[in-house]
Amino acid sequence: MKEGKKILFEHIDVPGIEGIATYRSCGGYQSVDKALTSMTATEVVHDVITSGLRGRGGAGFQTGTKWNFLAKPEGVPRYLVCNADESEPGTFKDRYLMEKIPHLLIEGMIVSSYALGVNKAYIYIRGEYFYLYKILEQAIEEAYKAGWLGQNILNSQYNLDLYMHIGAGAYICGEETALLESLEGKRGNPRIKPPFPAVAGLYGCPTVVNNVETIAAVPYIVQHGGEHYASFGTEKSTGTKLISASGHINKPGVYEIELGLPVEEFIYSDSYCGGIRNGNELKAVVAGGSSVPILPKHLILQTPDGQPRLMSYESLSEGGFAAGTMLGSGGFIVMDETTSIVMNLHTFARFYHHESCGQCSPCREGTGWMEKILHKILDGHGTLSDIDLLWDIQSKIEGKTICALGDAAAWPVASAIRHFRPEFEAYIKDPSAIKKFSHYNEKYKIAETAI
Amino acid sequence: MPEITIDGQKIEFNQGMTILEAARSRGGDLVPPTMCYYSKLKDTGGYCRTCIVKVEAESVKNPRALPKPVASCRTLAQDGMVVKNQTSPEVLEARAGVVEFLLINHPLDCPVCDQAGECSLQDLGYEHGKMDTRYEFKRREFEQRDIGDKIKLHMNRCILCYRCVKTAEQITDGRVHGVCSRGDVAEISTYIEQAIDNDFSGNVIDVCPVGALTDKTFRFKNRVWFTKPVDAHRDCQKCCGKVRLWYKGEDILRVTARKDLYGEVENWICNECRFEKKKTAEWVIEGPSKVDRHSVVSANHYLAPEMKNDLSKLILNPDAGNNAGSSPLSKEQE
Repeated sequence: MKEGKKILFEHIDVPGIEGIATYRSCGGYQSVDKALTSMTATEVVHDVITSGLRGRGGAGFQTGTKWNFLAKPEGVPRYLVCNADESEPGTFKDRYLMEKIPHLLIEGMIVSSYALGVNKAYIYIRGEYFYLYKILEQAIEEAYKAGWLGQNILNSQYNLDLYMHIGAGAYICGEETALLESLEGKRGNPRIKPPFPAVAGLYGCPTVVNNVETIAAVPYIVQHGGEHYASFGTEKSTGTKLISASGHINKPGVYEIELGLPVEEFIYSDSYCGGIRNGNELKAVVAGGSSVPILPKHLILQTPDGQPRLMSYESLSEGGFAAGTMLGSGGFIVMDETTSIVMNLHTFARFYHHESCGQCSPCREGTGWMEKILHKILDGHGTLSDIDLLWDIQSKIEGKTICALGDAAAWPVASAIRHFRPEFEAYIKDPSAIKKFSHYNEKYKIAETAI
Repeated sequence: MPEITIDGQKIEFNQGMTILEAARSRGGDLVPPTMCYYSKLKDTGGYCRTCIVKVEAESVKNPRALPKPVASCRTLAQDGMVVKNQTSPEVLEARAGVVEFLLINHPLDCPVCDQAGECSLQDLGYEHGKMDTRYEFKRREFEQRDIGDKIKLHMNRCILCYRCVKTAEQITDGRVHGVCSRGDVAEISTYIEQAIDNDFSGNVIDVCPVGALTDKTFRFKNRVWFTKPVDAHRDCQKCCGKVRLWYKGEDILRVTARKDLYGEVENWICNECRFEKKKTAEWVIEGPSKVDRHSVVSANHYLAPEMKNDLSKLILNPDAGNNAGSSPLSKEQE
């Protein structure tokens, strides 16, 4: 079987890759050399545009377009902020990347900053990743010592300072404008857009906020050219993507896949997830982190028109929200037949209730209400009208909030009801049906094949 | 001059105005309701989502419809923009949803709330809400707190509009209160139980759309609709001294700032005028206030529609219904 192209993880298993010497011997920092000595900033941006790279944080927006939007007024500093506040449930790819190969992120930050004309860049990392903060600080120090950061890098007259900032454990600070507020030392409330960060971001200056994985892909693009990167993946989803596979599979972990890989192959192939644990039947998949719609087996393996579904932005969203989902941040949560969708949804709802910032009313009040209704159903006191009520609440949150957290809270509820309504009804009609899932109280037994 | 169409009406506006400002320049039914927006303060609005409208066409240059409803208080009007407010069932439905959200954790203690009668949430609930609630769980509860000796914070009633935070930030020196915690347990709180203590702190009472921040010198003294508003002024060293006195008989029960059509303060007043000058001799009386604002009580909203029709025959002056203190209901009660 053909192994997919590895771009980010090419050298991930080299011992000592977290140190600058080994990283350099594996070809590290060559892109900085190339960009600073032989390319103009516009050429780098152009390469990123032709590469078709899309934001890996969840929204999947074209990175090149985003960079192009960056306002460039005279005499005003610009900023690049790396969003390492990876908090989406089911997503742990950035953590792996930063832990194993921190210099890749730093290299990406330097090249991207150069392309955007930025002299001060920030990495905003979540508070729970404190150990990664230490790893990255160490790597930044090494990069400063080796002359990749600081004043007059490679005698090119280009200066760059890179700073780390640690969050304090709020999911909402992964939303780019809340992240900027938090970085400025304020309460992490999302800002009202417009203006977008490209016009008025950090300290009111033009700012680009990119995900860790997006920035880590830039060195390869610069070194090998945008067209070469675009030759991987599909036409609309170029390159590779890190997928955090978790749930009831034999081999959970972080996989780098070439976009366009069939979902079925990803779940069942031994190179990837290795099939469902204990030979169980697949029930449902949340394909891109807890926010995206959940899909039942028949819709995740095939598109509504019977084509095999692929791991790509366009294929996963085929069928709209009625029958599709999103690639999101690549948090691939697999559920087997022993999973209770309602219990799972309750967990998600509890999460969004806990993490809502409380700024705008639909999300602040609606997320708590949905959680309470789900709790009531699981307690055996639900009524059939509660399902319609849940549906109505989610429809009144979706699209009516300041930031995407409202949508993220609404979509899992909507999709669970859309695809698994009979399960809700079964619980309500016969509360004892919940007992079937008493194994939820047992401690999880992890399959031996899982490493 | 650029032109925007709201509910089929063409309105000329100045560049830089929001949809809401353009709508207010025309007035009438096409103005979206607001809870958190405050034209006298900077950077307010966008939080409560009651003013959401549907944009059918963004501008002349870009005549596409926007996929999601937008907050009219924060979205700039553009030439050729087509907006639907009252005429869009989708907007009305979404707005009813927002009202429901705002009310699920609200204690609905209007009978003992000092704000009743001039409460924006009452107006909103009546005009845009539904008859019933579908919420059946325990409402969130907070302890009542004093912030300073003159202001009571009743957090249960708060809708987190952030107006008082912005007021403190923009008109006083050194804000000592803000929003703590997050989600539906977020609360207005002072910095480690610090009292709000400066000359203009009382204005947070006026900007509060609900009864979360109330004047302790007026608490439980009277219902607002039994008091008569009178405009008055005095020579004040700290503020403009232009206020509204609320009389019950010969006594001044309360002093507030003057408010405009949308219930927004016209001029900020100082705490001395607000809390300490409660004798008629201390003021130069200008005359009864013209209150255009239609509060729930003054406009007889509490009556069932059929009763309202009967009563309207009794009203000789058709404008009387819009005058607080001169509506048939308050006449009867006097």
